[in-house]
Amino acid sequence: MSHKFPVLIAGTLLTAAVVIGQQTPATRTPAAPASAGTSAKAPAPAATAKAPAAAKPWVTPRTPDGQPDLQGYWTNATYAPLERAPANVTANKLFFTKEEYDARVKQAALADEAQTTPGTTGDVHYDFTQFGLDKSQNPFAQDMRTSMITDPPDGRIPAQTAEGQKRGRDRTAAYRTAGGYNQVQDIVLGSRCIIYNPPPGPPMLPQGYNGNYQIIQSRDAVMILFEQIGDIRIIPLDNRPSPPLSVRNTMGISRGHWEGDTLVIETTNFDERPQGRNAALAGISDNFKLIERLKRTGEDTFDYEFTVSDPETFVKPWTASMPFTRIKGPIFEAACHEGNYGIEDTMKGARAADAAAAKKPGQ
Amino acid sequence: MHSWRRFTAFLAIAVIACLAIVMASIVSMAGQQTPAPAAATYRAPRTKDGKPDFNGIWQAMNNANWDIAPHNAERASLKIEAVIGALSAMPPGLGIVEGGVLPYLPAALKQRKENFEKRFAEDPEAKCYLPGVPRFIYMPFPFQIIQGTDHIAMVSEYKGALRDIYMNSTKKAPADSWMGWSNGKWDGETLVIDTTGFNDRSWFDRSGDFHSDALHVVERITAASPYHLNYEATIEDPQVFSKPFKISMPLYRRMEKNIELLEYRCVEYSEELIYGKYRKVPLQ
Repeated sequence: MSHKFPVLIAGTLLTAAVVIGQQTPATRTPAAPASAGTSAKAPAPAATAKAPAAAKPWVTPRTPDGQPDLQGYWTNATYAPLERAPANVTANKLFFTKEEYDARVKQAALADEAQTTPGTTGDVHYDFTQFGLDKSQNPFAQDMRTSMITDPPDGRIPAQTAEGQKRGRDRTAAYRTAGGYNQVQDIVLGSRCIIYNPPPGPPMLPQGYNGNYQIIQSRDAVMILFEQIGDIRIIPLDNRPSPPLSVRNTMGISRGHWEGDTLVIETTNFDERPQGRNAALAGISDNFKLIERLKRTGEDTFDYEFTVSDPETFVKPWTASMPFTRIKGPIFEAACHEGNYGIEDTMKGARAADAAAAKKPGQ
Repeated sequence: MHSWRRFTAFLAIAVIACLAIVMASIVSMAGQQTPAPAAATYRAPRTKDGKPDFNGIWQAMNNANWDIAPHNAERASLKIEAVIGALSAMPPGLGIVEGGVLPYLPAALKQRKENFEKRFAEDPEAKCYLPGVPRFIYMPFPFQIIQGTDHIAMVSEYKGALRDIYMNSTKKAPADSWMGWSNGKWDGETLVIDTTGFNDRSWFDRSGDFHSDALHVVERITAASPYHLNYEATIEDPQVFSKPFKISMPLYRRMEKNIELLEYRCVEYSEELIYGKYRKVPLQ
């Protein structure tokens, strides 16, 4: 681990690249038969509840309004894969063994640490392990499942429509070729601090690092802060109708209600921009509907489940779940754009390169 | 029948007695409290834990974001006017500063004048930077108050900026920031917010009124009716001002049935100003 430039330069660029690199293979692997697996939801609690329940039953904490209390600081960091590996589908293997799981965590942590070759251009980067930002140095869920996807039961993202596949390919290609640096608008949104790559959702998928959230809750609204870029969702709980589809947000427009002790959030009115940067959702249409379910499961955990419905992209809806784990706050202000020296330097560098190329004899 | 009539008579007497008491108290209140503003007598509805309920979406209705001091309408510049016409002009305003004058130290006043000259390029709002405090409050955007248990969130539609107010906390800012570090407490009907830990980069308005990282803001917010809050703040910054000064304004509840904050990701609208000089091919 040799990191000579632990500075912010190109930090966001690199982070985006790392995250894409991690996630792309998930959708690249071939689809598997949809026969394996058991009940969609059964594995999640078993996986998250590491310690067996004590004799004293745990009671859902409540706000003064009587709602289940989701407030606090949380992370959805986990080493569980979104999709089940084909071999595990074939073997109908729903959980890693303790040994396999420990090896996975160790391997991922090593990969985080040793991402680059000393002395190469790739080594000029923002070393998040040195700042203790990587997952392995922070709380993460002990989730031993072989996939976060619970439905279809094979743990795989369902087949995509031709239209969805094309959208996904086009967006991935556009993302990969972005960065001509002729103008700032050529650079990807995450590096420009417009919205993080991959987006904080919804759905709130685990991040490469710093996947930290803060929830503040009143009688009629739930606020979820995502640490990166300080992005905020406000979910009204008063059953108001959604605005017309001509009004769209990058994070969609959410409506929440309580079903027993579960906060159910329905989100529509997405604009099409950020979804293309998340491999699992690369082909998603802007008409997709997302249902999220948040339910406290213990003093320091809640279960998060989401269902993606988008007939324009997936042949059927799919559902994934993951635990959120309590972390120690506070979450500090993320003034990303305000300190974005990376863009300034990148653009300056591009023009300097142009000037150098123009001066070169014989060109 | 007999008992019914007796009950009616009893009821009539009771009603008359009640009315008399109410009348008497109104008369005595009128006599005692003529100068008191109506706001002082308003008691806000309560949250379940007994605190005044400020939940909702609020917005200032003034031109303080252009200039917190009293000011006349003013031209931006002929050059800007040539492109967007009267959209570029500063509208007039009576300001929100008590006494009407900001008590600048001489060097700071000079800086303010320089800021004003460079305002269209240097105003943090033009660059879509976080608004700081108190500017957050009177930006021309709605903001939402979400009263949690240990935190009160204020979220502006501008940039989705967050003020996270730590209730009953004595924590200090771990580092300087744009929005500062806010500790809040309830003083009867009033939410008192003490904010420190600022950096020196935000401005108070589009006219270049500014502060240093020694800024200390104490805000007092009191409900004056179901539809408005009274807001006042004491601003202290010995590096910029010779003495503390006060600002005040009402904040109005946004009454639209469908009001909610939408996304205003202004970063992308600020980039040409900040990075345009690095274009390979300059804009025509």
